Amino acid sequence: MAMLEIEDLHVAFPKGKKAEVEALRGVNLKLEKGERLGVVGESGAGKSMLAFSILNLIAEPGRVSQGSVVFHGENLLELSERDIRGIRGNRISMIFQDPMVTLNPVLTIGTQMVETLKAHRKISDAAARKLCIAKLKEVAIPSAESRLGAYPHELSGGLRQRVVIAIALLTDPELIIADEPTTALDVTIQAEIMALILKLCREKDVALILITHDLGIVAEVTERIMIMYAGLCVETGPTHQIIQAPHHPYSAGLLKALPQFAGRGTRLYQIPGSMPPITALPPGCAYHPRCERATELCKAQIPPLEHGHACFHPIDQTEAAS
Amino acid sequence: MISLKGFITRFLSDPVAIVAGTVLLFLVLMAIFAPFLAPQNPYDLMQLDIMDSEMPPSWRVGGDERFPLGTDAQGRGVLSTIMYGTGISLLIGVGAVIVQGVLGVTLGLVAGYRGGWIDAFLMRLADIQMSLSTLMIAIIVLALFQAAFDANTYADYAIFMLIVIIGVAEWPKFARTVRSSVLGEKNKEYVDAARVIGLPPRRIMWKHILPNTLTPVLVISTIQVAEAIMTEAALSFLGLGMPTDRPSLGSLIRSGFEFIFSGSWWITLYPAIVLVMLILALNLLGDWLRDVLNPKLRRGDD
Amino acid sequence: MHILAFLLRRSVQAVIVMFVISLIGFSIQDNLGDPLRELVGQSVSEQERDLMREEMGLNDPFFVQYFRFLGNAVQGDLGTSYFFKRPALEVIMDKFPATFELVLGAVFIFLSLSIPAGIYCAIHRDSWITRFIMSASIVGISVPVFLTAIGMVWLFGVELGWLPAFGRGDTLELPWGWETGLLTWEGLSHLILPSVTLSSIMLPLFIRLIRAEMMETMSTDYVRFAKAKGLSTSRVRYVHAFRNTLLPVVTVGGLMIGTLIAYTILTETVFQWPGMGFLFLEAVNRVDTPLIIAYIIVVGLIFVVVNTLVDFLYTLINPMVKLPGAKS
Repeated sequence: MAMLEIEDLHVAFPKGKKAEVEALRGVNLKLEKGERLGVVGESGAGKSMLAFSILNLIAEPGRVSQGSVVFHGENLLELSERDIRGIRGNRISMIFQDPMVTLNPVLTIGTQMVETLKAHRKISDAAARKLCIAKLKEVAIPSAESRLGAYPHELSGGLRQRVVIAIALLTDPELIIADEPTTALDVTIQAEIMALILKLCREKDVALILITHDLGIVAEVTERIMIMYAGLCVETGPTHQIIQAPHHPYSAGLLKALPQFAGRGTRLYQIPGSMPPITALPPGCAYHPRCERATELCKAQIPPLEHGHACFHPIDQTEAAS
Repeated sequence: MISLKGFITRFLSDPVAIVAGTVLLFLVLMAIFAPFLAPQNPYDLMQLDIMDSEMPPSWRVGGDERFPLGTDAQGRGVLSTIMYGTGISLLIGVGAVIVQGVLGVTLGLVAGYRGGWIDAFLMRLADIQMSLSTLMIAIIVLALFQAAFDANTYADYAIFMLIVIIGVAEWPKFARTVRSSVLGEKNKEYVDAARVIGLPPRRIMWKHILPNTLTPVLVISTIQVAEAIMTEAALSFLGLGMPTDRPSLGSLIRSGFEFIFSGSWWITLYPAIVLVMLILALNLLGDWLRDVLNPKLRRGDD
Repeated sequence: MHILAFLLRRSVQAVIVMFVISLIGFSIQDNLGDPLRELVGQSVSEQERDLMREEMGLNDPFFVQYFRFLGNAVQGDLGTSYFFKRPALEVIMDKFPATFELVLGAVFIFLSLSIPAGIYCAIHRDSWITRFIMSASIVGISVPVFLTAIGMVWLFGVELGWLPAFGRGDTLELPWGWETGLLTWEGLSHLILPSVTLSSIMLPLFIRLIRAEMMETMSTDYVRFAKAKGLSTSRVRYVHAFRNTLLPVVTVGGLMIGTLIAYTILTETVFQWPGMGFLFLEAVNRVDTPLIIAYIIVVGLIFVVVNTLVDFLYTLINPMVKLPGAKS
């Protein structure tokens, strides 16, 4: 049994007074101990929804309408509030996107770090502080002792995110869910932070779910990828395999759009059209309006996820060479 | 902007709005047609008889059919004084809001469009004025006014003073609303287009930007009328507002206050009820209007 | 260090504001009525009057008189009340304890009710208690305070007769001259109705404000992050969310000082509470100009001081303001 198994996960939001729309339409995911998985997709594809539902943190009025999230044999969605709190920030930690809004502006870094420790184990203030300083050093924050008394706005964006990473590691979790951890940072710092996350996950054998829209980052950090589109997973498999030879037209389109694949002097490729909002999904395969390979079948039925891709007309290896 | 049809549909589907609107309409009509509807004219000294004073409402012992809601200390029918008084309260409320509106919208447009030191200065002034509340400013100004002039002069100018003071004291609210609208609109393309054509700033401000800022102005106007009426009532109650011979609802309450203990409760109660109904109706309508005109809360079916 | 700099800057601002207020106050006084007429009877001859005018310095140029006024004011002399024939400042300060205790009572009631109510309404959005409080607050905003006051007087004072509705009752004089009503049951029972009335104006507004701010804070990312860290619900609510709710609430509170002073005058009028506000209105009725001006100046000073205190409080709560120029 894998460490984390998500089965047929559906997340729904109310529309008007009676109906509901689904943001996640049946997602499956398996994660082994220490494994690093990338979840890729455009804004609105459901990536963050997936992340939040693991810890049952979907904000009202949304709700998990179906499915299970099994962590070491326990369905997290069925745990009592008290029990799930024991998992959150303890065995499974999260890193959010923008550290400026993730950290509470009116509390010191120290307070926000120590409270995490004290929420999950019996530890004295002094011992907690020592541990926090040690962790700050691990994430390469200079003058760690003095930072404990600082407020978030006194640190630069990169340092703030390092603090958030430190907080995530405080309790030696088994899994870190990182939701776009570098998107809100300066381009120059993004690489540093990503390298830091990678290094720490490797060293401590911590599993990682990295959510991002940036295929470039995913290629360097993850071992497996899951590509999401309109609330469903459309392709999944080992990273290098998918990048070399994607099967789903959407994956191929995403890769084609990467600058590194564009020839010198040619226009950057863009997939025509845009992803439909969850309130206005086309019938059948949600990608068919943008897909050159679409047929009547695609318009009628949602392709099931088989052999790592959800497509009736996947690209085979010979085509991928072009 | 919401369509007129959508507006009416929303109105008719919200019971609170209907009730509030009806009450308001009723009170306004009552005030306008007071000279025709009121059983007596309380300002006509010839009609008053001191023997009629402090009579209870007509359904109680000692009451008289001529005075359905009883009489006050001077023998005026309470119903009549309320009818005329509501008119005065409304007149001052609406008048003050017109002054606030004109002043505030103009200054808000200028501040928002011009920016720079004019904006900074006006906003600072607005800040200061808002922190000294309208009521306090009015109390001080009216107190000084009363001290400077004798009672008769004061009575003559009271209505005018009240409208002007409440109007001038509250311009910041309108100004701020309009200014933030302007700041939002300023960056839109149609303004650039107008400027490129060479239209003078004043023209751009008034003809182009202003219509787009009217929605929030409309929303706060209703509530501001309620505010103005409340302020005037408080001032009259303190004796700094309308005099007792031309009473607004607030002055009526004031003159009836001392009689609560001697048992003539009707002199205060009925004007108080009407005052609360008026303010409540305006506030509820204003809240409803804000919800309806707020683009973020639109339900998607209008 | 920063605190000192802040206080210094604000003191300078306060002095400037007081200058302006006193200038306005003095120029008004100059034009309102003839002090000589009030202080001296009709029987004094014209010659003697002119002599007295000269002696009192009433013929001196405006600014000479103004600076004399300022000089006196700084020493605590704000003129002499026509009615009481005593220094105006003294008369006003006599009534200060009454107003202070009234406001104290009101603030106490208001704080202990509005904060729990606001937080409760934010957390339990659909409970019937919340709906009740919200509707009551709309009505509360629409009912002018003096009507609430009159209602209280009538209900509790006249009909039920539970609580006294007028005045302050007997007070106890504390060693330094402060007449307090807080230490006797009689004093306290007189304090109840007026303080409840005064707090009732602020209550609906602040309950709605706290509720709105709390709801907004509860949906922020940092609260979500706090939950994701597995913190207990009460810690998330009261440490993370509420601390941030306080900021705008203090700001709004600061803006309401003027309103509070005005409503204190109203409340004192209804309950015939012998405070500064009641004194002021009586002075207006009697055209006791020095007292009117003195009151305006004293109130101006109180306003400036309280504003400074509120701003200071704000810097204590909001770390981003305390250290300007920090990296962000």
